[in-house]
Amino acid sequence: MNQTEIFERRNRESRGEWVITRLIQAAGYSSILFVLMIFFFLMANGLPALKDVELSNLFSTIWYPIEEYYGILPLILGSLIVTIGAAVVSVPVGILTAVYISEIAPRWAKEFLKPVIEILAGIPSVVLGFLGAVVLAPFLRESLNLPTGLSGLAGSILLGAIAIPTIVSISEDALNTVPKSYREAALALGTTRWQTIWGVTVPAARSGILMAVMLGIGRSIGETMTVMMVTGNAPVMPESLGVLFAPIRTMTATIASEMGEVASGSPHYHVLFFIGIVLFIITLAVNVLASRIAFRSRKRSERVLS
Amino acid sequence: MSVPKTTAPRLSARRIEKLGFASLAGLSFLLVVPIIAVIIYIIIKGAPAISWAFLTEMPADGMKAGGIMPAIMGTIYLTLGTAVFSVPLGIAAAVYLSEYAPENRWTRAIRIAIINLAGIPSIVYGLFGLGLFVIFLNLGTSILAASLTLSIMTLPVIITTTEEALRAVPYAFRVVSTSLGTSRWETIRRVVLPQAVPGILTGVILGLERAAGETAPILFTGATFFLPQLPNSPLDATMALPYHLFVISTQVPGMPIQIQYGTVLVLLVFVLSMNIIATIIRSRARARRQW
Repeated sequence: MNQTEIFERRNRESRGEWVITRLIQAAGYSSILFVLMIFFFLMANGLPALKDVELSNLFSTIWYPIEEYYGILPLILGSLIVTIGAAVVSVPVGILTAVYISEIAPRWAKEFLKPVIEILAGIPSVVLGFLGAVVLAPFLRESLNLPTGLSGLAGSILLGAIAIPTIVSISEDALNTVPKSYREAALALGTTRWQTIWGVTVPAARSGILMAVMLGIGRSIGETMTVMMVTGNAPVMPESLGVLFAPIRTMTATIASEMGEVASGSPHYHVLFFIGIVLFIITLAVNVLASRIAFRSRKRSERVLS
Repeated sequence: MSVPKTTAPRLSARRIEKLGFASLAGLSFLLVVPIIAVIIYIIIKGAPAISWAFLTEMPADGMKAGGIMPAIMGTIYLTLGTAVFSVPLGIAAAVYLSEYAPENRWTRAIRIAIINLAGIPSIVYGLFGLGLFVIFLNLGTSILAASLTLSIMTLPVIITTTEEALRAVPYAFRVVSTSLGTSRWETIRRVVLPQAVPGILTGVILGLERAAGETAPILFTGATFFLPQLPNSPLDATMALPYHLFVISTQVPGMPIQIQYGTVLVLLVFVLSMNIIATIIRSRARARRQW
């Protein structure tokens, strides 16, 4: 191989390399493209709802599309109530379990608990919905003496179960990143391990734990199949917390159960996409907030450690 | 003289600690009990329905008898279809983030986009797939449209786990390889990627597991109630296990409960076996790692 041949080969290679590098870069940027595309297609199909339906109708308290009542407030409140109910269960249980796994549990308990909780994360939501409808709802009806067990409460319990694995695993990560020296310093001052956990470790990991809670809540708001199958699907305006024991309907369940039957381009179709926009914006806000928290805490810990 | 004063509260602090540890342990194990109970319950209730015919035959008598073969095949088609798009794209994106991306605001924007993709509700993916793939690109409700929708949904899982696996490969490997005169891409292809294979595989399987179990994104993009025969092309709609379970448990009155539990069991085995395979690959790779 003479000099020119070597140069030619190099040239060919670097041209191939250039193409591959560009392809990889494009793949890297594709996530931004997808988020923008999702946003665009939701807007394109959802914003016409503002033209089709009067604002006073859209933000009213009656959802009855057959008679052209498109009030989305009961659906938003339905989602909120089920999510709050889920958070009441999943936040304390999730954080305490993460503390146990990360700080207290002996090795064997860790190796047992973590995979089982991962299994819970892997159970498809439609399976949880099915069990909720055939096992949990009848149980709630009989034990609480309700007319039907398909209620906000059943939804909250199952959504809590769905949020727990997220909260546990992210909180546990946060606790694990607390430097060992923090704990050692506290113990050297004569505190018990229990005092160290609540006085030092958990406060040091608080932003990560907060992020875990937000992401868990984000999952609850967006969950669809489970709530559709167990909340009884009644789009009525919740008037007090008593609705937890009555059938309600979330935004996600409304889209899932009605989109299949509407004509593309009809006002009803646009309103369902509009609900999608509301959901998109809520989860976007939750996620941006959560990543802000994580980002800020990283900065702070860098400052502390330097 | 001061000794009793300090020891008395310390003793009670010890007791509080013991009590606290015990109650947290109790809580954690109580959390796990219903999970295991649910799995065992499904196995007991579903096992009687499982037979060779149940797995390999078409549904009969308005789905109240016969098998669930088309739903199983549909879920396999959708999972493979999702893999075709999301695996190469996800791995390439992870390679970019781990090996090429500079630390600047564009890279931060990519990361924020990935976090947001992970947080978007599955039903919103369904709406997006309906708007873009089914209607705008005119693919109709089809395996193709559903697979594309599911691949965008699984992308964040694959990207983040693959990036983690790539970053776990020691920097020295890259330095040595580059010092031997290889280009950046050659180093990635021959050194970094092979070392990261178990981690990447874990991420891919976990991503596809999510796709296999999801119902909401395929509701309006590719799933159908019932098909007399298997789909002929990627442009046909398909039955799928999660959607089938939803249909037979909510839309078909008088459905034998045994068939419902049988379907639950098949779906659960399908999804959880992927989960277990991923866990095994990960722990074996960890045990064998020499760096």
